Order: sequence, then C-alpha cells, then structure tokens
Amino acid sequence: MARTSTLPRWAAHHLAAVRVVLALTLLVGLAYPLGMTLLAQAPGLRDASSRDTLIGKAYTDSKGNPLPGYFQSRPSNAGDGYDTAASGAGNQGAESVVDTADKPSLLTQVCSRSKAVGELEHVDGSRPYCTPDGVGAVLGVFRDGGTTGRVTHVVSLNQVCPARPFVSSYERVVVGCAEPGADYSRAVVTPVRGDAPARPEVPADAVTASGSGLDPDITPAYAGLQASRVARERGIGEDTVRALIAQYTTGRALGVLGEPAVNVVELNAALDRTHPSRGA
Amino acid sequence: MYGWIQASLVIAVVVGLHVPLGDYMARALEGGRHLRPERTLYRLCGVDPDKEQNWRHYLGALLAFSAVSIAALFALFTLQDKLPWSLGRDGMPWRLALHTAVSFTTNTSWQNYAGESTTGHLAVMAGLGTQAFASGAVGICVALALVRGLVRRGTDRLGNFWVDLVRSTFRVFLPLAVVSGIVLIALGVPQHLSGSDQLAAPVGSWESVKLMSGDGGGVFNANSAHPLENPSAWSNTLEIVLMLLIPTALIRTYGRLVGSLKQSWTLLAVVGILFGLLLAAANLAQSAHTGTVSAAVGGHTEGTETRFGVPASTLFGVSATASADGAANASYDSFSSLGGGVLLAGMMLGEIAPGGTGSGLYGLLMAVLVAVFVGGLMVGRTPEYLRKRIGAGEMRYVVLYALVAPTAILVCSAIAVALPGGRSSMGNPGPHGLTELVYAYTSSTAGNGSAMAGFNGATDLHNLLMVAAMLIGRYLPMVFVLALAGRLARQRPGVVTVGTLRPHGVNFVVLATGAALVLALLNFLPVLSLGPVAEGLL
Repeated sequence: MARTSTLPRWAAHHLAAVRVVLALTLLVGLAYPLGMTLLAQAPGLRDASSRDTLIGKAYTDSKGNPLPGYFQSRPSNAGDGYDTAASGAGNQGAESVVDTADKPSLLTQVCSRSKAVGELEHVDGSRPYCTPDGVGAVLGVFRDGGTTGRVTHVVSLNQVCPARPFVSSYERVVVGCAEPGADYSRAVVTPVRGDAPARPEVPADAVTASGSGLDPDITPAYAGLQASRVARERGIGEDTVRALIAQYTTGRALGVLGEPAVNVVELNAALDRTHPSRGA
Repeated sequence: MYGWIQASLVIAVVVGLHVPLGDYMARALEGGRHLRPERTLYRLCGVDPDKEQNWRHYLGALLAFSAVSIAALFALFTLQDKLPWSLGRDGMPWRLALHTAVSFTTNTSWQNYAGESTTGHLAVMAGLGTQAFASGAVGICVALALVRGLVRRGTDRLGNFWVDLVRSTFRVFLPLAVVSGIVLIALGVPQHLSGSDQLAAPVGSWESVKLMSGDGGGVFNANSAHPLENPSAWSNTLEIVLMLLIPTALIRTYGRLVGSLKQSWTLLAVVGILFGLLLAAANLAQSAHTGTVSAAVGGHTEGTETRFGVPASTLFGVSATASADGAANASYDSFSSLGGGVLLAGMMLGEIAPGGTGSGLYGLLMAVLVAVFVGGLMVGRTPEYLRKRIGAGEMRYVVLYALVAPTAILVCSAIAVALPGGRSSMGNPGPHGLTELVYAYTSSTAGNGSAMAGFNGATDLHNLLMVAAMLIGRYLPMVFVLALAGRLARQRPGVVTVGTLRPHGVNFVVLATGAALVLALLNFLPVLSLGPVAEGLL
C-alpha cells in the first residue's frame, strides 16, 4: 500500500471507504437485482406473480355507490380507495372515537360502514357503541368537579345538531346534540355500549380497512353475506354463487398459517365470465 | 389457537435453521483463506486484508464507510431526476434526502417518503438496496470485533473491518438473499425492471434482503402489507422467518467462536424467554376486545390484511420489533393500545430478542455482562466472563452503552413534544398521539424503522431530530462496544477462581433475563404509563 501509507490514517480510511461503497453499489446494488431479474425470467418463475388478481379493486360506480351485481371489497384507505399509487392504512388507533371537523373517528367509520352494508344486504347493521344513524355512540359528560362529581351537561359528541341524540338522558340529565365548532375538550369522553348483539351480522372485515388499502380478499363470512344479493342481481341460483365462492376461497396454508380468504377480484371475474350481469 | 400453532411453527423453523447457518457463519466469517474474487476486490479497493486493526482503527474504518455511504445515498436521492431509471421522479428535497440516507445507512429504514411516488428504480436498487446489505453487515462487524475481544488474550488487534464487511455481505447475506428471493418470486412477489410503472418494480430481490438484514424498508408505502411485497400466508411466514433467522444464527456463531456451545444455548434461552414474553403479551392484548373500536368491530381487524388475519399480523409485528427489522404487514398504529405498547417495549428492550444482525448479539452480550457483574458481586467474587475479569473499567463501557438508548429516546421525544409543531404530527388524539411520537423516536434510536404511521415524520423538525436520534442510537453504542472489545482483548488470561459464577445453566439464564428486562424497561416505565398503558386502561 505504498500510495496510501503516506496519507494520514483517517484519509486512508475514507479513500478505502469510497472504493468499497462504489464496489458494493455495483455488485449488490446493481448486479444483484439485475441478476435476480434475469433469473426471474426462468420458466415457472416468470408467471408466478399474478398481479391482476393480487391487487384488490373497488366495485363501485362513479359516485362511489356499490355495484350490486358484484362482490364488494373491504373499505380502503389507499387514496380515494384502491389507488395503487397510494398504498397505505388509515392508522387510526383503537380509541379513535370522537369525530373532528376534518376527519371522522375510526369508530364512526366502522358504524357508518356497518349501517350501509346492513342496508345493502338487508341484514341488521347494528353494532356495539354505534348509534342507529351510524356514528359512534359517544357522550361528552361534563361534571361539576371536572372528571368527578355531579353531571351538569351531556352532549352526544358525534351527532351534530340538528341530529337527535341516541339517548335522551344520561344520569337524569338531558343529552344534547353537538354544536358545530363548540369546544368539548373538557368533557369526559364516554362511549355507550348500547344493546346491539356482541356478534354483529355484518362481519368485521366489512367494516375495517386493510393495512395496504389494496387487500384483494374478504373473509368467507363476508362473501357468504353477499351471496344472495349477487345471485338476485345476476338472476342465478344462490347455490351457484356459493359454489363459486368455495372455488375462490383459499384455506389456511398447511392448515395453520394465515386465515381463510376469498379473492374478490378472481370471484367477480369468474362471475362475469360465467354469468354476466343481466343489466350488462 | 391457530395463532399459537403458527408461532410455534415459525419458532421451530428458526431454531432448526439457526444451527447449520450459525455453524456456517462461524466458518465463513472468522479465519480461513480469502477467496480469489475477494482478493481482487480488496486489491481494487486498496485494502490489505491481512492487516488487522486495533479498536480505534476498526472504528475509524467503520465510521468512514458509514459517512461515505450517507454521502453517496444523499447524492443519489437529490440528483435522482438527472440519473437514469428515475421513472421521472423528482430529486428529493435535502432534508428528506438526508433523513432517508441516514435512515438506510444506520439500518433503521424509517421511511418519511412513499415508495410508489418518490423513488425510482435506481434509488431503490443502487441506493437503498446497497445499504440493505451493507448496514446489516456493519452490525455483524461490530459483533465480531466484540467476540474477538472476549476470545483473544494480550493483543490490541480486533480483526479487519473491511474483511468482516465483505465477508458478511458476500458470504452470508448475498447467498441467502438469492435463495430466499427466488422462493419469494416463486410465491408471487414480482421482479420486473421494465416500463415506467412502479408496480413493475424489482420487489423480489429487495424483499428478501430487506427482511433478513434488519433493514425493513418497503418498496411500497404499505411495506409488507402490500399484496405485491407479501402475497400470501406462505410468503408472510417466510418473511417472519427471515427477520429472525440471521440474528438467531449469530448466537450459534458466537458459541462456536468462543468454543462453548453451552454459551450459545444459554443466550438462546434468554432470547427465547424474552421473545416468548413479548409474543404472549401481544397475543393476549390483540385477542382481547377491550378497546371501544375493537368491541364495536368484534376484533382488531382494522389495518390488517384478510389473508394474514390478526394472529399472523401480531406475530409479524412482534418479530419486526424484537428483531431490528421494522417491516410491517399491518398498521401498527391500529393495533390494540396494549398490543402497540408491546411492540414499543420490544424496541425499548434494546432489540436483543433476537435483535438486529450483529447489533442483537452485542446488545445481548452487554446484558450478559451486567448479569455477570451483578451475579459476581452477589456471590462475593471478582466477576469473570470467559476468563476475562469484568471490573469497573469494563463496566464503565457497558453502562455507557446501556444509557445511550434511554437518553436519546427520552430526550428526543421530550424535545419533539416541547417544540412548536412537534405535536401537530400526531395522527391520533390523546395518549395514542404520545405513543406515536415516542414510537417514532424509539424506532429511530433503536434502528428499527417500523412506525405508527399515522405520525407524520416528514416535517423539517422531525426529519432533522430523527437524523440525530438515528446517528446517536446507531454509532455511539458501537463506539462503546469497540472500546470495550479493545480493553478485553488486551487482558492477559485469568484463572477461573473457585466459586466464580458459572455463566450458563438455569440460574444464569434467569439472572441475564432479569438484567435485560430491568436494565432496559425500567427507564421507560413512566413514558409507557403515559402512552399505551393509559390508553389501554382508561
């Protein structure tokens, strides 16, 4: 190392570092992915990725209303829904229960989706902690001692006036609707369970968004819920639809890995192939 | 039920594979001949592979390599629009480019940008891809230096950084990346380079290395939740195994190098207990429907993919934070309050169960030295480990090491909360917002890179403060580890005195596990109470 031995040690380190970074960039930064891309052209690997059915889609009209002849995907937070340029989740937490001016709480989103799916599928869309009009059933309770003491004033936080509160009174105090723009930050946030069944008829995946916003799958339960509507819209027997659901259901790998899932994209494509919609 | 079987299966596979891989790494990384291509590489880089370095020069080479890496990435990102294969994307603004360069060089890979819309193929491959290998290899280098410090007697030489770097990269990461990459491609992960469509990206080659090197950054914003990064339950299981594999195998390598497999089984038991505790706590939190939203929904399905379900998302999350990987197959922000708190605790534990590639091993050895010291004092003998005296001089470095993470995490979080604009990045109200912010600085300091993604880190304040947290959290501990290694290597062999605490067996496992828990988590009890615990119990 005649050339570097005359340099101070720190400079020699940096000179070597520049060369090593360059070499690594060429070898593992470029040659490795390019080589893997060539390998991926091998028969058997080339067509392994079925991108068209891996990425979920929304089956809605231009106004965002569900197309009734199609199985509906899960709610999505990727852009305006299933936007492949903006994958991602909603990232709202487990105690996101109070709506703000610019964003509904996760609870209200769950409640409104449950109500909408219930109406679409003609089943009971009620859920615990949800109001009949499909928002989070959350009271803001003012007490004379702050967080303790006598109740002085109660507001249904997610029901903006002139909505009718989901309960008329709380601890013998009349419940009011929420005035837009009012400051309720001093109220004790009190979610109200209500009397909805603990196992609602609308399945969990129908009311919650996925991590990617591009989830192509729904649970067999949600697919089963939609079967009679799709059969009716397409004028075919429900048995036929249920057979197709079974055909596009993937069980747990090895019997234990992951969860059973129905690929909505494949299922809808199969329906269009075999039983085109009457209207279409 | 399925969740437990699934987890047991993954753990069995990792433990099974760690034996042959750990043995192979011991042979590949220490001693032996240089291969012909390696000799050529050393010659081209002007490095003498047979000249070993003392701890200062080892550290100097490491820091020089990291500084040049950061500069190279910074240039690639800011000049992206002038380089080929950019897919027409603009150059990054300098704060974002600096954050991203530091993030990937420090093996953190926190992403303040969305892959789909910000990075072209060249930036992903030559920039992020290079560091996915190199940053993981740097961790292994430091671990090797510490092991040599424990093994060697009366010398100041700790090995050659460049040789350790090249061997870790080309003998360990590259072959494993090729094999697991092909498997992932066969399982449906795409590998393309054509067209201007970001979805037609080289995902397969990236995915394998991002998981096994502790990198964890995603080609896409949704990371391993994206159907193209993780198309099925099969790929999901493989990805979890990859995250845990090399850090676990390094424990075996350690046993081989110190010539005592008893040591590696002892450390593996400590890691197994810690991982088991984290997984059990997270599974309990994620299966109990205590939160308001989960009671309304009937489960923690928000932010999870149907094909994985909640149990596999929980296992993935615990694996990503107990290792240093930080990949995500679900929204950690939408985990149950206490479940998210467990992920945070996994990182606060110092990422030692099994931790990052190399960083997990040296972090674990630091906890072991604390146990040795405390145990030695309890039995009233001079603390010894592998016939090295663990005295006040050695413990000084261990304590300094242990103080870095809590100090950086708590001080940076406090600054971020106190400065104007810091709190507006929170994506959720109340205690959950604090959890998000503390999660961001814990992830940065610990080099994890996972996020509670409702938190917007892409502001000037957070970009720069996180850069500081990542640099301090990565390199300052390395300084103390290498200084300790240098000090240990200089020691002359001691004699095992009668009555010295034996560093293996059930007693020692309990002692070391306790030391790890107390050393790390006690510091964070107050902030955990204000964040996830408050949210979960209120």
